[in-house]
Amino acid sequence: MSIQELTPSPTPSASQQAQSDKAAQSVQLLSSATRRKINKVALGAIVPVCLILLWELGVRWTGTRLIPPPYQVAVMMWDFAFGGIYDDAFSASLPTHFWVSVQRVYGGFLLAVVLAVPLGLMIGRFPLLKAMLDPTLSLLRPVPVTAWLPLSMIFFGLGPKSAIFLVFLGAFYPILLNTIFGVKSVDDKLFEAAAMLGCNGSQLFRSVVIPAATPQIFNGLRLGLGFAWILIVVGEMTGVPEGLGAVIMDGRTLSRTDLVITGMIVIGITGFLSDRLIVLANNYLLKWSPQHHV
Amino acid sequence: MSDRKISGLSKPAVPILTIRNLDKTFLSDKGNVTALKGVDLTVSKGEFVCLLGASGCGKSTLLRIIGGFEGPSSGHAEIYGSAIKGPGPDRGMVFQDYALFPWLTVEENIAFGPKHQGRTRAETAEVTDKFMEMVGLTGFRNTYPNALSGGMKQRVAIARVLANDADILLMDEPFAALDALTRAKLQEELLEIWERTRLTIIFVTHSVEEAVILSDRIVVMGAGPGHIETDISVDLARPRDPASIPFNDVRRDVSNQLRSHIAPALRKSQLAEA
Repeated sequence: MSIQELTPSPTPSASQQAQSDKAAQSVQLLSSATRRKINKVALGAIVPVCLILLWELGVRWTGTRLIPPPYQVAVMMWDFAFGGIYDDAFSASLPTHFWVSVQRVYGGFLLAVVLAVPLGLMIGRFPLLKAMLDPTLSLLRPVPVTAWLPLSMIFFGLGPKSAIFLVFLGAFYPILLNTIFGVKSVDDKLFEAAAMLGCNGSQLFRSVVIPAATPQIFNGLRLGLGFAWILIVVGEMTGVPEGLGAVIMDGRTLSRTDLVITGMIVIGITGFLSDRLIVLANNYLLKWSPQHHV
Repeated sequence: MSDRKISGLSKPAVPILTIRNLDKTFLSDKGNVTALKGVDLTVSKGEFVCLLGASGCGKSTLLRIIGGFEGPSSGHAEIYGSAIKGPGPDRGMVFQDYALFPWLTVEENIAFGPKHQGRTRAETAEVTDKFMEMVGLTGFRNTYPNALSGGMKQRVAIARVLANDADILLMDEPFAALDALTRAKLQEELLEIWERTRLTIIFVTHSVEEAVILSDRIVVMGAGPGHIETDISVDLARPRDPASIPFNDVRRDVSNQLRSHIAPALRKSQLAEA
């Protein structure tokens, strides 16, 4: 820092000064916005880069042959996506597996949304319904989804239906509980205000309950979709030939750890991207409440 | 009572609200609390009435009963001769904490009432524009309540009940959370709106000055259980100047009335100390 900056000195001319200030400000504004973005990405990248480094070093130091180094997994990912390297059963099969899994995840998730959101709205609003259903739901909720695997295979057979059912079960409870909580936390004053303005009965759901509970409902949707991606691997253990979960199970039986890790990474990235989609919808629908933005 | 003049109203007074021998007891596991006992009150059309009292005198409970949010335990509360059965668009409540719908813009909040009463889109837009202008918020039509100051929020709340075509405005300490300057400005605006619309206003407050600035009539309430102590008519010309001598005479008079009802218990304890 120069001395001139520290000590107040007579300025060349007021207008010139103002102009240069303005210019400096706009340059700074522009660059600070982009700089913040770059900073954010860079900060987020530190840990993954370190993990990959640690992985590489770990494999080298221990000399293990059970876990492939990152480079080998990268090659596997390329082959899985585009083929041309190993030319085996998994080459260039990513699109098929990916699409099948996405369908199952979203199938189970949407089923959960369609059932859990209305049910949650009703339970939150009607004490009678809560008294009737709450004990049953509380009993069923702690049962791990994996424990449902045998029964689901009996109910729905070996195939995609079973996977969808398990994904549905996993996504159902977080959405339901958050929706109930959302309805319960609506300020009573808003119901009074609506009633005084002539809004009654079923209109209340559309005009007050649903918008007021939207922040919590979205919280439930995010958790639910997260669980859906977690459960897809379990769901595809039910003996389906295709899907990212099935690929991981195949990798396990074939002792192809590179394939297993590839599947894990693809699921991680896809889960992350689908969460971003919900976050986008969340921020759009909740533009009235910046505090609920993610 | 017959000598009371209702300023600004030349027609013979039409009772819009009649409350007779009303009691209100809140039942709970910890014991029952009697909030109101033997309340009688008649309010005429176009009157500006303040319910004045310390906290715990049941003034807000009385307002909530008029609003239809609570039912009386016994006695009658009637609007134009028919019993109050619940909240309705004829009585617009302005809450102390605004109770705006945070997911709706200023315009949508004001349009909420007309929309739910099945008015056409054009009618709703017309009414909304009119009252948005009346409270000076046209420039903020697309703003969400989150981004408004307390005073602006309360303006939206007032416009919302006006747009709903209410006959009676029920105001529950609406300006208590605002700073002194904003409060004075809103009091002035409320009086302007009242003169333009000739609505009946029942205004709950614990501020003697606010009651004297605003109302035709001050209903002083006492606690234990809540009841009406006195009914004072305010015959000062408008606009009222809080610094003027007549204003201060009325304020002193009302303060004395209020104090004499709160004081007995206090005086006793002071005597014990001495």
